[in-house]
Amino acid sequence: MGERRIGDVVLALEHVSLAFGGVKALTDISFDVREHEVRAIIGPNGAGKSSMLNVINGVYRPQQGTITFRGEPRRGMDPHAAAAMGIARTFQNIALFRGMTVLDNVMTGRNLKIRTSFLEHAIWWGRARREELDNRRKVEEVIDFLEIQHIRKTPVGRLPYGLQKRVELARALAAEPELLLLDEPMAGMNVEEKQDMCRFVLDVNEQYGTTIVLIEHDMGVVMDISDRVVVLDYGRKIGDGTPGDVRGNQAVIDAYLGVAH
Amino acid sequence: MLYREAGQFKTTYAADQQIFPIRQDRIAVLALVFVAFAVVPWVANQYWLSAILIPVLIFSLAALGLNILTGYAGQLSLGTAAFMAVGAFAAYNLDLRVHGLPLPLVLVLAGVFAAAVGAVFGLPSLRIKGFYLAVATLAAQFFIVWALVKFPWFSNDSSSGVITTQKMRLFGKVLDTPAQKYLFTLTVVALLALAAKNMMRSPTGRAFMAVRDMDVAAAVIGIPLMRTKLLAFAISSFYCGVAGALYAYAYLGTVEPEGFTLDLSFRILFMVIIGGMGSILGSFLGAAFIVLVPIGLNVSTQWLNGVLQSGLQWSLPGSLTSNLELMVFGGLIIFFLIVEPHGLARLWQVGKEKLRLWPFPH
Repeated sequence: MGERRIGDVVLALEHVSLAFGGVKALTDISFDVREHEVRAIIGPNGAGKSSMLNVINGVYRPQQGTITFRGEPRRGMDPHAAAAMGIARTFQNIALFRGMTVLDNVMTGRNLKIRTSFLEHAIWWGRARREELDNRRKVEEVIDFLEIQHIRKTPVGRLPYGLQKRVELARALAAEPELLLLDEPMAGMNVEEKQDMCRFVLDVNEQYGTTIVLIEHDMGVVMDISDRVVVLDYGRKIGDGTPGDVRGNQAVIDAYLGVAH
Repeated sequence: MLYREAGQFKTTYAADQQIFPIRQDRIAVLALVFVAFAVVPWVANQYWLSAILIPVLIFSLAALGLNILTGYAGQLSLGTAAFMAVGAFAAYNLDLRVHGLPLPLVLVLAGVFAAAVGAVFGLPSLRIKGFYLAVATLAAQFFIVWALVKFPWFSNDSSSGVITTQKMRLFGKVLDTPAQKYLFTLTVVALLALAAKNMMRSPTGRAFMAVRDMDVAAAVIGIPLMRTKLLAFAISSFYCGVAGALYAYAYLGTVEPEGFTLDLSFRILFMVIIGGMGSILGSFLGAAFIVLVPIGLNVSTQWLNGVLQSGLQWSLPGSLTSNLELMVFGGLIIFFLIVEPHGLARLWQVGKEKLRLWPFPH
């Protein structure tokens, strides 16, 4: 495994503010994500971390600020455009398609690569079948990579939580994203599952060169695997830097431990 | 013992993606298709063909259409009969007004008309879901039937509103015997069922199911919600439209708006629920159940009456027998839904799982 080369800025947020009615979820936030890095977003509950991800992949539209992805500034995204530009994500509370098997779930991740129409699908023989087989091959690589071969044909609803999280990661990876947003990928896992997941996240980052933005509560994990950390509190950015910098930042310590009044 | 996949190894993804990956299933299905095409038309009598088999096939097609929309794409609809009516009237008018249009093309175009109408009435699905959408599709049901009555052009200014359909002509030959109509219907239904299965195991079907299971996640993956929902409405209505045209031409022999009421929509919805949501096989099982069980009950009450008549010189009063049939039918539906809420298709699957082990307990 070679040293990861951290490249130029791929994603930059400038002065982003998001409010729901009178509730300010994010206030004037700016930060950037560099190519191939693992960027963590941390903060206490309700700090606006998930809102941040939702802004990046277009589920929410910020009232102010710009988002620049690969040099293209935009006011807001819509989820489809974000996906088409190579942004994939997982959700805090698992958002798998419960009625489908693991294989079908991961295959949906290939959706944007589909070039055949529903009429060709109806006929099946020819282009549609070739495309299906190509996609299956790609999907099987991801399935191998995340070591979920044994549950390929199992409906996702029957799987334990930790595996569901892994299937969701597989579905995101099947899209071959450039930027992967992970919303608490290790929440609710035991130590062993967390270690597995950390290894997968780092492997994805190293082998595919995918840039990763992740939200995580487990400080040990964050400090271990991320290159740079953004700290949010009450919708404001209170810290930004390497794990070491952030750990020593007084504002961050106050946000997590509280301050004497 | 006999039914198991032991020793059947898949070495390519193509082999793994077959519709029937188990060899025994393939043999059984081929045998079934062979019997349906080559044996049934010779063996079955006129009553079986035109009063049982043809309607079962046609209802299966309509149920399949609704299943694509409700079972796969998760959009509840109560407008099935209306989309069938569009297909039936479109076929009638195409046949009437465009000379020399071959029957298969008439059916396809009738389906396309129904698909267009279905997509329009699917527009509310972009905003509303579930029961509220069902209410919105009710509008389709009432509006279309109203429009077909209101504008006599649709029924060629017929005074009664009930029109006899034209003869079915295929390659210059008139299909008039029940066996010919049965074979034609069977061919159409078999081809469309195969196409439906192909679509549902392709990206199209996966996009439908993704929208059904979690629309936000589907959007984030890059599945366009609007396009997918409207496509589901269009494909579903295409199937319903073709079913409606066959219903008028191969089964009833007449076209009238009153033949496509809300009652029919509900019947088809029940077929889907009893047969199994999100299952091609379920559409067939559900249609067979809803059509055959009342006939079976009718036959058995008549038989019971006959026994009572000869044994006790007494028979059940007429009002009681007809209500008894409905009660038993309703009871059976409830029984099946309690035993297996996922429908007959799931029951069939569970049965096959058991068969894999039989005769051993483990």
